[in-house]
Amino acid sequence: MEIEQSYIDIYKEFAPTLKANSAEVMNRNRDEAFARFEALGFPTQKMENYRYTDVRSRFAVNYGMNLRQVSCPLSPSDLVKCNVPGISTHLFFVVNDTFLSCPSATLARDMEELMEKGVLWGSLKEHAEKYPELVARYYGKAADVENDGLVAFNAAFAQDGFFLYVPKNVVIEKPVQLINVMHANVDMMANSRNLIILEDGAQAKFLVCAHTMDQVNFLCNRVTEVFVGKGASYEQYKLEQTNYKMNNFGSLFVKQEADSHVIVNESTLHNGFTRNNIRVDLDGEHADTLLCGMAIADKEEHVDNTTFINHNVPNCQSRELYKYVADDSSVGVFAGRVLVKEGAQKTEAYQSCKNICLTKDAHIYSKPQLEIYADDVKCSHGATTGQMDDTALFYMRARGISEKEAKMLLMLAFMDDVIEKISVEALRSKIRLLVEKRFRGELSKCSGCEICKE
Amino acid sequence: MLEIKNLHANINGKEILKGINLTVRPGEVHAIMGPNGSGKSTLSSVLAGNPTFTVTEGEVNFYGKNLLELSPEDRSREGLFLSFQYPVEIPGVSMVNFMRTAVNEHRKYKGLDPMSASDFLKLMREKKELVELDNKLANRSVNEGFSGGEKKRNEIFQMAMLEPRLSILDETDSGLDIDALRIVASGVNKLKSKDNASIVITHYQRLLDYIVPDFVHVLYKGKIVKSAGRELALELEEKGYDWIKKELGE
Repeated sequence: MEIEQSYIDIYKEFAPTLKANSAEVMNRNRDEAFARFEALGFPTQKMENYRYTDVRSRFAVNYGMNLRQVSCPLSPSDLVKCNVPGISTHLFFVVNDTFLSCPSATLARDMEELMEKGVLWGSLKEHAEKYPELVARYYGKAADVENDGLVAFNAAFAQDGFFLYVPKNVVIEKPVQLINVMHANVDMMANSRNLIILEDGAQAKFLVCAHTMDQVNFLCNRVTEVFVGKGASYEQYKLEQTNYKMNNFGSLFVKQEADSHVIVNESTLHNGFTRNNIRVDLDGEHADTLLCGMAIADKEEHVDNTTFINHNVPNCQSRELYKYVADDSSVGVFAGRVLVKEGAQKTEAYQSCKNICLTKDAHIYSKPQLEIYADDVKCSHGATTGQMDDTALFYMRARGISEKEAKMLLMLAFMDDVIEKISVEALRSKIRLLVEKRFRGELSKCSGCEICKE
Repeated sequence: MLEIKNLHANINGKEILKGINLTVRPGEVHAIMGPNGSGKSTLSSVLAGNPTFTVTEGEVNFYGKNLLELSPEDRSREGLFLSFQYPVEIPGVSMVNFMRTAVNEHRKYKGLDPMSASDFLKLMREKKELVELDNKLANRSVNEGFSGGEKKRNEIFQMAMLEPRLSILDETDSGLDIDALRIVASGVNKLKSKDNASIVITHYQRLLDYIVPDFVHVLYKGKIVKSAGRELALELEEKGYDWIKKELGE
């Protein structure tokens, strides 16, 4: 327990500071979450869910933590280069673990209009102070503190993050974009918490970008809870494009009510160490969910997507599509568990994971897991890992296309069906371009927000 | 333009080509016929540079260059074109993107600037008409979901786009109905000039009614055992390959 011990000591010593710099709603269960972490520790590879990913050792670095929530000497204008038209979004920043507040005077006209309709967005801490009842109704209600040490750790240490509330039937057309920026001159850890609430019939698209501004060791442990009301529609796109020194842990918990639609699409273009946990609970009938992801990894990069879809009620549909290209001695992991509960008849659940290993040293572990306790369902899964198609490669070369270019076209083509599932057209073409640059080795490792930069 | 001398090649240690000799000059059409398994497709694959085959002996000279030393892409850029017997489907790569990349790589090799998007599309439109290729096909992924006939027409379309000096048509007639055959053959004929040449590999004489060869060679057990004018094709059609085998004393 020596790795855990230093964090346990920090909590015991600084719990009052932690609490004083967070909101009461977030503090209510903080001690319990900490006790849970103390009991669980960080996940180990002996646990089925973490078999291929050594999370624990990533915490061994002596990271700094910003428990006093000292605001970073950055203003939105330093980061505003990200807000270039091309892909127009409602833009927010979390720097390390703290929401970066913008002066209200800078609010765009269309943001004000949405706020007049009751949309709330910004700092989770501030909103938890201003609207404690609303936040308390949802905060911590989806995240699995009980069984996952990473989530318990987050609940113990997270003090702020991003909050989005979309009232009944309100539609936010433009994507809401959150850029998580890591910025420090010493090794730094960030625990942040996002809470997203869509009431019945509401619609929103959420784009999350992870970035680093410095070449020190970073570790992020972010937890996002999403509540999607009846007939509501939610899309989340996540783009990781950082550097080899970044450890990014993301846990996403989605609860869906009847007739709701959810798309989650997570792309890892560059990141040292990634672990995405996604858990979706289909709690109302005729809800559907689509989880997609792609990972392009090289050198020693490690990307793990572990998903868990709970079909709790009948007549829901879930689809999963994950694709990896692993180069050098990188490692890709996909574990997808689908649980169809007793009585969840007419469930449709399809899962597919396709991978390419470019070298002998690259490894892909894929583990589909279907658990079905109902007898009238359609479920399937498929996982393939292979090399590049030699016949296609030769065909292209026979037309004068160089081997390098042909491989590039094939890899792009391979990722295309994941990219095609991005519904925001501007984002889709941007991601396609980024993926191409990534395969060409031209993607600068974090020089700002590539999504927006022309 | 092309001179093949004593070419030997094998796959997984099994020798398929056992000493091929063939000379092709500009303006000529050569037909290579022969029974199944005689090495016809191997010859075309080896000339195009398919890495599955290993050349063990012999030399191939293409416009003064040692063809066997060139990568498949450089052979193509030097003006060699193989129309595949089984064109490969490449899901996710659009025909337009595929062809534009190919054309521009050819241009780069010749020291030319890439073609502008509008010039390229104009060129595509022009060449598509040659083989009556449906507009819709050009917007799809390479060969994906194409019928057998569409795939073969697509090969000739690519040939038209790349304007090769030597084209090898590997069983371009297989799987074609008579109308498709006529379209493909007329496409090939329109592309014919005094400066380029073709090697037509086929089982049947049928294609040779449309693409008239200057020379006909019979490939058997990895060697060219008989060469003559176009009348040889008609004789083969009539007498079958057994006649050749008998002549060889088998």
